[in-house]
Amino acid sequence: MSQLRQIAFYGKGGIGKSTTSQNTLAALVEMGQKILIVGCDPKADSTRLILNTKLQDTVLHLAAEAGSVEDLEVEDVVKIGYKGIKCTEAGGPEPGVGCAGRGVITAINFLEENGAYEDVDYVSYDVLGDVVCGGFAMPIRENKAQEIYIVMSGEMMALYAANNIAKGILKYAHSGGVRLGGLICNERRTDKELELSEALAAKLGTKLIHFVPRDNVVQHAELRRQTVIQYAPDSNQAAEYRELARKIHENSGKGVIPTPITMDELEEMLIEFGIMKSEEEQIAALEAKEEVTA
Amino acid sequence: MTPLDAPGGTVSGEEMIAEVLSAYPDKFAKRRSKHLTIARTGEGEDAPSCGVKSNVKSIPGVMTIRGCAYAGSKGVVWGPVKDMVHISHGPVGCGHYSWSQRRNYYTGTTGVDRFVTMQITSDFQERDIVFGGDKKLGIMIDEIEGLFPLNKGVTIQSECPIGLIGDDIEGVAKKKMKDTGKTIVPVRCEGFRGVSQSLGHHIANDTIRDWVLKDNANTEGGTEYDVNVIGDYNIGGDAWASRRLLEEMGLRVVAVWSGDCTLSEMEHAPKAKLNLIHCYRSMNYICRHMEETYGVPWMEFNFFGPTQIAKSLRAIAAQFDETIQKKAEEVIAKYQPMVDALLAKYKPRLEGKKVMLYVGGLRPRHVATAYDDLGMEIIATGYEFAHGDDYKRTSPYVKEGTLIYDDVTGYELDHFIQKLRPDLVGSGIKEKYATQKMGVPFRQMHSWDYSGPYHGYDGFAVFARDMDMAINSPVWKLPQAPWKAAS
Repeated sequence: MSQLRQIAFYGKGGIGKSTTSQNTLAALVEMGQKILIVGCDPKADSTRLILNTKLQDTVLHLAAEAGSVEDLEVEDVVKIGYKGIKCTEAGGPEPGVGCAGRGVITAINFLEENGAYEDVDYVSYDVLGDVVCGGFAMPIRENKAQEIYIVMSGEMMALYAANNIAKGILKYAHSGGVRLGGLICNERRTDKELELSEALAAKLGTKLIHFVPRDNVVQHAELRRQTVIQYAPDSNQAAEYRELARKIHENSGKGVIPTPITMDELEEMLIEFGIMKSEEEQIAALEAKEEVTA
Repeated sequence: MTPLDAPGGTVSGEEMIAEVLSAYPDKFAKRRSKHLTIARTGEGEDAPSCGVKSNVKSIPGVMTIRGCAYAGSKGVVWGPVKDMVHISHGPVGCGHYSWSQRRNYYTGTTGVDRFVTMQITSDFQERDIVFGGDKKLGIMIDEIEGLFPLNKGVTIQSECPIGLIGDDIEGVAKKKMKDTGKTIVPVRCEGFRGVSQSLGHHIANDTIRDWVLKDNANTEGGTEYDVNVIGDYNIGGDAWASRRLLEEMGLRVVAVWSGDCTLSEMEHAPKAKLNLIHCYRSMNYICRHMEETYGVPWMEFNFFGPTQIAKSLRAIAAQFDETIQKKAEEVIAKYQPMVDALLAKYKPRLEGKKVMLYVGGLRPRHVATAYDDLGMEIIATGYEFAHGDDYKRTSPYVKEGTLIYDDVTGYELDHFIQKLRPDLVGSGIKEKYATQKMGVPFRQMHSWDYSGPYHGYDGFAVFARDMDMAINSPVWKLPQAPWKAAS
């Protein structure tokens, strides 16, 4: 068995982290890798496409029923999905209640201490939205994930979130050894999306691992609770995910300590690409507008 | 004049403060220097000024003697309300260590209609943190109803995690209030809020305003002679000694907040003609509220030591008619022989003894005159959690040259005690044994050790005896350093 590799997918909420990660992992398993997915989102939808169903028995719900995590066995919470991929979900409280961050910490510690990480080549964490608190930074702390892949797009807020996540990685890079594996652009068809993604990657000191084009087949597969790899294995999109999986596999040990930029620098970059107007241009536009109305 | 200024004295106060500060890094020495001073009378002032910086964050890395907001609400203001069940809401530690309450005496049958010394906690586990504790809290309140049907209501005393995970305890309180028909008070006194227990007092006062008085204040009936005693927690029976004097002078005490207090007393308090406030720091908020809302004026008083007791009785009587004023004089006259006998017995044994105090928010000034009455001298005093207005109120009580310390650190207090070698230190349990090991007599001035009351004339008798017992105990002649014994 090769050495255990732990990776994590982060990114702005709704960017397509879970879809991208599951398709990539489905392609990785085709390459003969043994994989464990740890879903770190209270919605527990990080394994739906692999299991072809929504996982009901999350670590935290079972623990709450049983009393505490000490009362659980790993077998209770790990389910087998597409081509033997092991799946588990941390789970968590309903929106607006309790502390989901603490739940992630509890669940990951339980899985690790109870041998869920044995006999696998890959552990992949899929983490909700932004790094809102210490709990959701768990996979990048304490020697958990070695490489973080940030799923993003050409949209302003996705770029902003990507930069924020890079800050989180930088914070723990020296104490825990976590690295930024690279950016994955999930195409939204915004202006100059590829160029912008590459520019941000360059600013962060990393690279754009892959540009995943937009394709409706992803939606078709998702409606059937499947990955594209499973639903349409011969499609172009499946080939794109296989390419991404290959690149991630070969990216082992090539992660970097990111160099996040300030909000000002980020805005400058957007102005440079003509996506955002500079302050002078905005004022000029406003004045022009006023003249028309006056 | 204190020994700090005595000619040929051991050390000048200002020099001593400089010496203590020299142990700190510059940044912290500068910050702490604003909390330490020697009381000096400036030009045009009548009394020595004790203005120090107060009510700011303690410095991490030095031991502060302060408590937290939960301690201020559960431990001080709400805890003594005897017919309500006070839930320590959160992990078990805060509840366990505040079990039994302070020495808030009360009448009634514990576990049947009284709950002060009992400890009821939601004992948070990991799953309660992750999934929230509101459901559990609701179940607890139902269980309390089943176990203690004679309870008059419940308060929810929040520990830190409640605020961190954002539980909706107000929602639970409102729902359960409908279910049980009783008063349920959610108190957001998470320990991380504020800089000391002082914010906990304020928060607790606000919840009395919003969850007790707002809907249930009873201003009907009452007499011309109705008063409330506010800020007397009945430590060792203090409130009983205070109430006796007020009743003897013809007043009717409607409510005592919150020593030996019931929920009903609080609800009826707004009908009183006057609020008498003892502990200003912890309950001035509710006095101001009652003044604004119900037109009840308030005045401060001091029942420590015969001088202040007589002065306070006359000041209180002056708010009422001649009958009361006459009776107040009778009360003072009645106790005078007792005072004379006490002073004859204890003054010769205590005269000239030097005292250092470090207490909470009232006693560092209020008890000073009780020591004065015994001929003792306060050479240093300070507060854990006072605000600027408390230090202003302190001036009339201290002499020129008194050392003043605010939120004193363990190191500073140790150093001052060793330097000044007073005959007595009055502070709390955390300071007690360290001080006694230095060979200096000690009395707990938060809890009166295992004694009390200290309020009123009855209390003064106990106070004088206790101070004599501490200072003149033969035990202090016994310890001797081995190296001194050898030589």
